[in-house]
Amino acid sequence: MAMDLITTDASSNAASSDFTSSIDSTYKLYIFKFYDVNPATDDVKFSVQFNVAGQSGFNETITTTAFRAIHNEADSEAALAYQTGGDQAQGTAYQIITDSIGSGGDESGAGELFLFNPSNTTYVKHFYSTTTILQADDSARQYFIAGYVNATGAVDEVSFKMASGNMDAVIKMYGVG
Amino acid sequence: MGIPTLIKTQTASNSASLDFVDGTSDVVFDSTYDEYMFVFTDINPATDDVQLTFQVNATDDAGGDYDTSLITSTFFNSYHDEADSASGLQYSTTFDLAQSASFQTISQSQGNGADESAALILHIFNPSSTTYVKHFYARCESNHQANYAQDNFIAGYINDTTAIDEIRFKMSSGNFDGCIQMYGIS
Repeated sequence: MAMDLITTDASSNAASSDFTSSIDSTYKLYIFKFYDVNPATDDVKFSVQFNVAGQSGFNETITTTAFRAIHNEADSEAALAYQTGGDQAQGTAYQIITDSIGSGGDESGAGELFLFNPSNTTYVKHFYSTTTILQADDSARQYFIAGYVNATGAVDEVSFKMASGNMDAVIKMYGVG
Repeated sequence: MGIPTLIKTQTASNSASLDFVDGTSDVVFDSTYDEYMFVFTDINPATDDVQLTFQVNATDDAGGDYDTSLITSTFFNSYHDEADSASGLQYSTTFDLAQSASFQTISQSQGNGADESAALILHIFNPSSTTYVKHFYARCESNHQANYAQDNFIAGYINDTTAIDEIRFKMSSGNFDGCIQMYGIS
C-alpha cells in the first residue's frame, strides 16, 4: 500500500463536492487535490468542512490558522501576512482554504488538503492545506490553512464548496498508508 | 510528488524514541530512493509542553549517538488559539539551528492532553549523496499546550557530504505515543 487514487469528483455548476464514503481506517493520510476550481460567482472563496461519523451536517468545531502571500500582475502589491479573517476559533462554519477566486473564463484555483488519520477515536483530527489562485483583482494568492477538527469521533465525510454560489472543480481523493 | 512506496511503519507506545536504520528491520534508507518521506500521526507526548525532534547518523558514525551531524535550519509558524485571543505568523529563533548537532525540532510546545496530538510530514532528499549536504523540510500541524492550533514550517540541511542512513525521532523530554510511516519516493 502506498498512495492510491480512491475517487475523482468532477463538479459542473455544483453547489458542493461531498466525499461521503471510503474515508476510514484504510489509510493514515488522505490527500485531496483540487484543480480548475472556477466559481460561478465572482470573488468568492473555496472552503471545506467535515462530518463526524454518526453526526449530521458539515458543521464540526474547528480551530485553524491562516496566512497568505500575494503578488499582483501589475507588480504594485506583494505581501506575506497572517489573515485573521481566514481563521476560525472553535467555529462550525466552512473553513476557507483559498482567497477569493475570480469567475472569469480563465480564472481558477488549485491546491491540496492533507487530512491525518481521520478514523482515530482518541485525538482531534489535524489537517492542513496549501492553495494558489488567480484572484478576482488579477493577483496570485497562495493561502496556507492548518488546524484541527476538535472532535475525537472519526471523521468520515468531507465537503468542499464555494462561500457563495456554484462551482466547477475537479477534486481527487488519495489514500496514503 | 512521485508515488510513495511504504517502507516501514513503527508505532510508539510510551516510547523514548523510534529509530529507522538502513538494513535493520526491513528499513531501506540508502540510494534506492531519491527522497524519503516520514508521515507522523497521533503523536502524543507523555510530558506537557515538549517538542518532537530528529537527528541522524552518517555512515561514518554507524550506531552512533545522533550527536555529530551539524544542522542549519529555519523555523516559522502560524498560530491561533481556541479562545480567539491570539494569532499570528512568526519566525522562531528558539527552534531553528545554526551549525548545531542538537536534535532538530519539528513540532513545538505540544500538549499532552488525552485528545491532543501532532501530525506532520518530513521529507529528506537524497540522503545517500556523497557530494552534497542533505536537505529536508517538514510541515507540522499540532495542538499547542495552551490550546492553540499551530502550523509549523521547518527546512534546512544536514551539513555533511557523507551519506546519511540512520534517523532517530524523540521528544525533547519524556516518552511519546504515535505512528511514524517511512516512504521512499523515486
